[in-house]
Amino acid sequence: MIRLENVQLGYSGRLVLRDLDLEIAPGEVFGLVGPNGSGKTTLLRAISGRLAPEAGAIYLDFRCLNELSPRELARELAALEQEISCSFDFTVREIVELGRLPHRERWQRLSQKDSDVITRALKLTKTLEFSERKIHSLSSGERQRVWIALALAQEPKVLLLDEPTAHLDLNYQLEIMELIRSLAQRDLTVLVSLHDLNLALRYADRIALLSEGRVIAVGEPEHVLTAELIERVFRTKVRIVNGTGDLYIVPVRSQR
Amino acid sequence: MHHPKSWLGVLGALVPVVLGLSVMFGAVSLSVSEIVAVLSGRATDQTAVTILIQIRLPRVLLAALVGGALGLCGAVMQGLFRNPLADPYLLGIASGATAGAAVVIALHLDIYWGAVPLGAFVGGVLAVAIVYRIAQTRWAQLDNYALILSGVALAALFSAITSFLLFYSGASHDARRLIFWILGGLGGAQWVYVFGLLCVLIAAGAVLILFARDLNALALGEEMAAHLGIEPRHLRRILLIAVTALTAVAVAVSGTIGFVGLIVPHMLRLIVGPDHRMLLPASALGGAILLTLCDTLARTVLAPAELPIGIITALLGAPFFLFLLRRRAQLGALL
Repeated sequence: MIRLENVQLGYSGRLVLRDLDLEIAPGEVFGLVGPNGSGKTTLLRAISGRLAPEAGAIYLDFRCLNELSPRELARELAALEQEISCSFDFTVREIVELGRLPHRERWQRLSQKDSDVITRALKLTKTLEFSERKIHSLSSGERQRVWIALALAQEPKVLLLDEPTAHLDLNYQLEIMELIRSLAQRDLTVLVSLHDLNLALRYADRIALLSEGRVIAVGEPEHVLTAELIERVFRTKVRIVNGTGDLYIVPVRSQR
Repeated sequence: MHHPKSWLGVLGALVPVVLGLSVMFGAVSLSVSEIVAVLSGRATDQTAVTILIQIRLPRVLLAALVGGALGLCGAVMQGLFRNPLADPYLLGIASGATAGAAVVIALHLDIYWGAVPLGAFVGGVLAVAIVYRIAQTRWAQLDNYALILSGVALAALFSAITSFLLFYSGASHDARRLIFWILGGLGGAQWVYVFGLLCVLIAAGAVLILFARDLNALALGEEMAAHLGIEPRHLRRILLIAVTALTAVAVAVSGTIGFVGLIVPHMLRLIVGPDHRMLLPASALGGAILLTLCDTLARTVLAPAELPIGIITALLGAPFFLFLLRRRAQLGALL
C-alpha cells in the first residue's frame, strides 16, 4: 500500500505538484493521467524515492520512504523510466538478472531461488524464448517486456511504470496493458502513468487526473474521465461513446 | 569456445607464455636454457645474470602490470561513463602527471632517486582531485558531463604548465628528458616499481572487481541503477578513487602510454561480452598481454636502439578503431 500525506513536490524550491493526498491499495492498477507537464513523472519519481518531498510524507506499507535504504526500497518497489537505454549489448537474461541485485550481497553468486525468480519473470513476460538474444536486436515492444521482466525479478510489491506504452505499436500497447492487468491479479500494486485516456479507461482500477500541479479528481476511470472534465483539463471537446459495453473517449473535430 | 569463463582461462594461460617469450627477446637474446640456468642459480655467465635479473625481468613484469592496470582502468571508465571513448586518462590524470614530471625536471630535482615518478604521481592525483572538486560544486552537480568537461579544461591547463616549463627551461636535455617521459616507456623499470605497482594493482583491482556488478546495472543509466538499490554517486566516488590510484602509479612508473586503456576493453568486449564481472579481469589480462608484446617490439625492432612504446600502441590502436567503426556500421549497434 502507498499513502501520500499532504505531499509537496518540486525541484530546488519551485513546486511542481502540491497538496497531494492519495492512497493506493494493494493489488490495484492505479493510473495517472493528465496533460504533458502536469507532473506525472515527478510524482512517480517521488514515490520511487528518487525525489524527496519538499513537505509531507510518502508511506510504503506504513513505513516512511526516507526510512528505507535504497537497497531495502529496491526489494519492495520496482520502477521503470519512460525511456531506458542500455549502453552495452547485454543478453536479455543478463539484464533480467540485474533485478536480483538488491537481494544479493556483492560476493554472492546466483542462488537456485534467484534463478527460479528470473525464469518466472521471463515466463510471465513471455521473454523466455529470446532470453539468450542481445537486447539491441529486439523490437521496442519486446524490449519493453524485458524491462518489465527486470522489474519483476526484484520481486517487488509495487511496480511504477512511466508511460510504458509510449512509442509502441497498437498491438504492443494492448499486450503491455494486458500484462500489467495480469500482474495486478498476482497482488502486485501497479502505478502507471498513461497519456492514452482510452487505455486508462479500459485497464485501470482507479485513476488520478493531474492538472496544473494538482490532483483534481481521483476514482474509477469512468467517473473521473467525464466529457466535461476532459474538456476542462485537455482543452479538447470529446464524446464518451458506449460500444458493446465498453466506453471510448473520442475527440470531436473542431468545426470550421 | 563459447563460455566467457573459458576465455578467461585462455587469457590467464597466455600471460605466462607471452611473458616467457618477451624475456627471451631483446638487444641480447637469451635462450631458454640460459634463462633456466639463471633462475635456478646455476649460471656461469655473469652478463646473462645481470641482463635477466637487473634489466629484462623487471621490465617485462612492469610492462605486464602497467598494461593490466591500464586495461582494467579503461574498462571501468568506459562502464562508469557509459562512453566508448572513455579511457583511464579521461579526467586529466595524464596531463597532470606530465606537468608534475615537468616541474621536477625543470627544477633539476630529477637528480634525486624517484623524484620524477613521485612528481608525476602527485600531479596526476592532484589533477583528478581538482576535476572532481570542480564538478562537485553546486552549479555543476557532479554529473558525468561536468566531470568530463572539467577534465578537458584541467587537461588544457596542465598542458599549458608543461609547455611553459619546456619553453622556459631552455635546456635541451631537460626537453629531451620530458619528451621521453611523455612518449612513455618501460626503459626505467626497477624491481621496486614492479612490487609497488603489483600491490596497488591487487588492492585496487579487488575493489573494482567487487563493484563489477554495479557497473552492469549502471549500463541502464544512473536512474535505473538507483532503482536497483545502487547509489550512483557513492559508486562513482569509490570507482574513481581506485582507478585514479592505480592509473597514477602506472603512469608514474612508465609515463603516459596511450591507447592501451582505450582499445583493450573494446577488444575484450568483443570476445567475452559486456558483463563487467568477466570484462574487468579479462581486460586486465588482455592489457598485460598487449603491452608486453608492444614493449617486446619496442626493444627489438630497432635494437640496440629503442622505439618509444607510444608509437607502437598508437600504430596498433588506430587501425583497430577503424575496424570497430566498420563493425559498428555493419551491426548498426553501439560499440
